[in-house]
Amino acid sequence: MAAQHKILIVDDDADWLDVCREMLSHLPTKPEIRTAGAGARAISMLDSQPFRLLICDLKMPKMDGLQVLSIVKRRFPDLRTVVLTALEDEEFRSRAYSLGVDLFWLKPDMQQNTKMFLDCVESLLGSEKNSGFRGIQSKSLMDIIQLECMSRNSTMLRITRGPLVAKIWIQDGELLDAEVGNVRGEAAFHKILAWKSGTFENLPAEPLRERTIQRSINALLLETAQSIDETTEPAQTEFIERADHRKTVWRLALLAAEGAEFVITVPPEGQGKSEAWGTPNAEQFAIWTRRAGEAIKRLSDRIEAGPLAFIAGGSMERRLIMLIREQKTFLVAWPTEIAEGELLEKTKKLVASWDS
Amino acid sequence: MGLLRKIFGASAGSVQELPMGSVTVNAQGEIVTTTVSSGYSRSLLTDIGREVLVIFREAKQAQLPLAEISINFASLRVTARELRGGAIIFLLPQSSLMPSLKK
Repeated sequence: MAAQHKILIVDDDADWLDVCREMLSHLPTKPEIRTAGAGARAISMLDSQPFRLLICDLKMPKMDGLQVLSIVKRRFPDLRTVVLTALEDEEFRSRAYSLGVDLFWLKPDMQQNTKMFLDCVESLLGSEKNSGFRGIQSKSLMDIIQLECMSRNSTMLRITRGPLVAKIWIQDGELLDAEVGNVRGEAAFHKILAWKSGTFENLPAEPLRERTIQRSINALLLETAQSIDETTEPAQTEFIERADHRKTVWRLALLAAEGAEFVITVPPEGQGKSEAWGTPNAEQFAIWTRRAGEAIKRLSDRIEAGPLAFIAGGSMERRLIMLIREQKTFLVAWPTEIAEGELLEKTKKLVASWDS
Repeated sequence: MGLLRKIFGASAGSVQELPMGSVTVNAQGEIVTTTVSSGYSRSLLTDIGREVLVIFREAKQAQLPLAEISINFASLRVTARELRGGAIIFLLPQSSLMPSLKK
């Protein structure tokens, strides 16, 4: 008989712990469910007895979920971890995944898709297998898809790259569909495979998903590999020019699709020239971007308020969001009709797609 | 006695407090009114006011006039409205789990 696994749930809401306990008690493998009302209590329980899975809330007093997870991942590397939170923020999702969390789930989604959540938890418990590899490093998305297809697996791959989310449906080793943003089918598949990094998770298969991809996986992978080789061929100027042209077209299309007014990118002083799309006043705006960045840097050094997340600005004509990244600063202007609450996420999405 | 004084008498390192409240600065960058605790360094408030005015002025020069800006640090949000060459600045310390601009 297989050993009974133990699940530890950490949440400061006692009622929620009861709901989770009741829900997880229906798992087919009947795991033992333990609960903790605070992060420190959870860590001491993990110290005293082995657990298979930790389900952790993010917003907790004294020690928040991210702190708990960073300690847990270091001290118990084999423990599988799930974040279950009401905080609907992509930044927390990416921070959790960067800590090595296996699954990030929103509480309202869990209540609506209880079955899918339980399937995911059950698969994380790995009811029969105690060995095997977890996590894949130094493998491209192409390798991962090839593995899934060669093994004749049925799954839905959910791939996250910053704020971008893509999905690939595989049924019995055959590609059914792919989706990224508003794009579906083969076009979406090629787009997803061009991503160089990100995180992925295997979710339960959806056999009833409408099939939009008819060609074989090998033909599609070959075509994508050829197109990637072409765009990375460094020796031929013609290719570079064509790639530059394609990049410009892509960026203008992105600008139009997202509804932004203009984008300025400014590299650090002495490391290249600024670029602009959608405005003739590129130079003036770039100078302001750089000077505002310097003023904020001085301010940051003086008040010691932690790293800068973003800068927002507004006038009667437009709204601005400035995001400072390692290699360049992005200044994105939006029309005033766009809801203020959407601006930051839209800007992050646009910036993440900019160099795709 | 001397030993206890040695142990407990040493001054502990201090953590810089983050400002909370509002500051109104005139076009010259001088503080006109403030609701920030008097325990917080006045010169730091002046520096915040000066840098905010720099951002507004440079924006105007770049033909990108702004009515307001919001500078979001990990633990402090600085929101400023332009006020006839000066500015009213709101300082709000942030917790890592506070809702973002999204909502």
